[in-house]
Amino acid sequence: MSLLGKLTLDAIPYHEPIIMVTLAIVGIAGVAVALAITKFKKWGVLWRDWITSVDHKRLGVMYIILAMIMLIRGFSDAIMMRTQLAMATSGAEGYLPPEHYDQIFTAHGVIMIMFMAMPFMIGLMNIALPLQIGARDVAFPFLNNLSFWLAAGGAILINLSLGLGEFAKTGWLAYPPLSETSFSPGVGVDYYIWALQISGIGTLLTGVNFLVTVFKMRAPGMKLMQMPIFTWTCTWANILIVASFPILTAVLGLLTLDRYLDFHFFTNEAGGNAMMYINLFWAWGHPEVYILILPAFGIFSEVISTFTGKRLFGYNSMVWASGAISILGFIVWLHHFFTMGASANVNAFFGVMTMIIAVPTGVKLFNWLFTMYRGRLRLAVPVLWTLGFMVTFTIGGMTGVLLAVPGADYVLHNSLFLIAHFHNTIIGGAVFGYLAGFAYWFPKAMGFHLNERLGKAAFWCWQIGFYVAFMPLYVLGFLGMTRRLNHTNNPDWNIWLYIACIGAFIIMIGIVLQFIQLYLAFRDREQNRDLTGDPWNGHTLEWSTASPPQFYNFAELPDVHDIDAFTDMKEKGIAYSRPHRYEPIHMPRNTAAGVLIAAAITAFGFAAVWHIGWLALAGLVGSVAFLIQRAYDNDVDYYVQPDEIAQVESQHINKVEEATA
Amino acid sequence: MNAHSSPSPHSSHSHEVDHGSVKSYLVGFALSVALTIIPFWAVMSGHLAKSTTIPLIVLMAIVQVVVHLKYFLHLNFSKSGRANTFAFLFTALIIVMVVGLSVWIIYSANNMMMSM
Repeated sequence: MSLLGKLTLDAIPYHEPIIMVTLAIVGIAGVAVALAITKFKKWGVLWRDWITSVDHKRLGVMYIILAMIMLIRGFSDAIMMRTQLAMATSGAEGYLPPEHYDQIFTAHGVIMIMFMAMPFMIGLMNIALPLQIGARDVAFPFLNNLSFWLAAGGAILINLSLGLGEFAKTGWLAYPPLSETSFSPGVGVDYYIWALQISGIGTLLTGVNFLVTVFKMRAPGMKLMQMPIFTWTCTWANILIVASFPILTAVLGLLTLDRYLDFHFFTNEAGGNAMMYINLFWAWGHPEVYILILPAFGIFSEVISTFTGKRLFGYNSMVWASGAISILGFIVWLHHFFTMGASANVNAFFGVMTMIIAVPTGVKLFNWLFTMYRGRLRLAVPVLWTLGFMVTFTIGGMTGVLLAVPGADYVLHNSLFLIAHFHNTIIGGAVFGYLAGFAYWFPKAMGFHLNERLGKAAFWCWQIGFYVAFMPLYVLGFLGMTRRLNHTNNPDWNIWLYIACIGAFIIMIGIVLQFIQLYLAFRDREQNRDLTGDPWNGHTLEWSTASPPQFYNFAELPDVHDIDAFTDMKEKGIAYSRPHRYEPIHMPRNTAAGVLIAAAITAFGFAAVWHIGWLALAGLVGSVAFLIQRAYDNDVDYYVQPDEIAQVESQHINKVEEATA
Repeated sequence: MNAHSSPSPHSSHSHEVDHGSVKSYLVGFALSVALTIIPFWAVMSGHLAKSTTIPLIVLMAIVQVVVHLKYFLHLNFSKSGRANTFAFLFTALIIVMVVGLSVWIIYSANNMMMSM
């Protein structure tokens, strides 16, 4: 065994021009960014104020930056697949050979779920949730920083696989026996295992962190049934994270034992049972999709209630519908493998449970409709996303109920109908929700407004592009086209493949507009400052702080008497009041421990992929050493003194008075 | 738990949950011993038929779990202990659902397989 394990220069895919060009662009961009940071002397700021930050608001921003970067990567994969399929018709081979194409569809799935949607959701939760419950930070701020860097570590591993070695060619589920060493001897599945394992542990820690935050750190007076609805849906999602992510950790652990130590949990021979992997994977995988969608439901509820200027209709039913979805979401996972061949009774049970989920989801839709009823809806960007969601998600939900019929599923299983269905719910539900939340909370997090016109244009490109890209896939599914095909030879399919490809390009314009919007917003930030901290006439406590919020969030913890706590304060005329004196505020200090521990664990993951013994050991020992060092660090907190608070607060209140005068 | 407004950094570490007394530990100990000796006796003495012994062991085991939860892990429905108890019940529910349904699924799939 050499010093670098299995890693040699051959691992770099010189012969793949597409990958080499991509790597060159990424390299040039990376150098440009590094030079820019050096030129503007921002390395110190970056390290002190961001990388080592334990502030939930900054971590939230970093999560969303991670999600945006990974969105570019995941979408590049998507558009490559669509162009390949549009070109490789009638017997043509296209430009992506199967071994590369297989990596692309695997990477697309893993990235979009684990490294785009999850960081986006967790980022929004980080920005809004502690503010919504009137807390000064999360329960464990250092752990929060560690969670972020573990997620980033997983993302780094998956991106390394582009230039060093290969990624899994198994599909994003990595079903055995295909993912076992006998059929996937390369490093691709190992990259998959360690990227998911490391980021998954980060997610689990986030779930624990935010549950404790919600149960222990609510503002005085706030009962559980007075928490803002977004906080509630995130709480259900966190309960699902805590209950389901250990299953993923365990099942990946078992696959690791199979691949590294010749165990036989899921192999074909020696008594292994691949069906158990499929079963356990989906016992995590199905709750996972509700982890993605529930916070999005919360965002839509906040947006609809804020922009109609009304209370949310049916708050209690919304909370309990989310709870019902959470519990039911845990007993439907078999609908992902009706065709595995369990008995008709098993299939019937899971089919019925799946259909029942449509009931609480329907309750939510009607709640949103009734909230809008006789309200005065302002058609701002977050509202557009919400309306787009309500139509699109309903269609996705109905095709889901169709797939929940086991008999129908036997026809449609693994066809493009399925692909259309889950993109319909994940894009039309989760992604639209996050983009609504992005537009909604952007002024809060950054202190200035997004460009409204480009935001609307981006929405319409997404919305139209979505239908053009995915409705043809429903048709193709009915025409018998299955997923993960590299090239096709059926003239009936061609026209639909072309249309879908056009749709992907329309979505691409939407994404580009979104980034231009960010650039313009940043360029014109001085003209578009949000001075009041309450740009939308908000209902909940996050809008009572400045934009961006004071680093300690609340000078005085608010006294809560209502679900819409900030509306209540405004009505009573006690919003923006200046207390006579301030108490010192206890705050956590920034720490490098999180990024160091995560770096060591990522190094371990990389070493495990390439069987580099010394580096694996160094990574493990390093992570434990950094953890022990952190545990013995007594300088972890400090007090903000009343004069400083008074200064920050009066600055904010002066600005509010100036803006409203 | 950082970021509190309380002036002392260590005051946030407070336990409201019941820690039990010597008496409750002794009661728990006695019950655990009894619940261990009874099935042990049933197996070793052979007085009972096998069809009675096995359900007896299972029943005693379940009661044993409850005794441990009540006397040693201090789960109860008092106002302060309720959160812990609900968290435990939720965990139990999820485990029963995931494990129970998994066993059902895999057994039923196995039944459909050709015997090798």
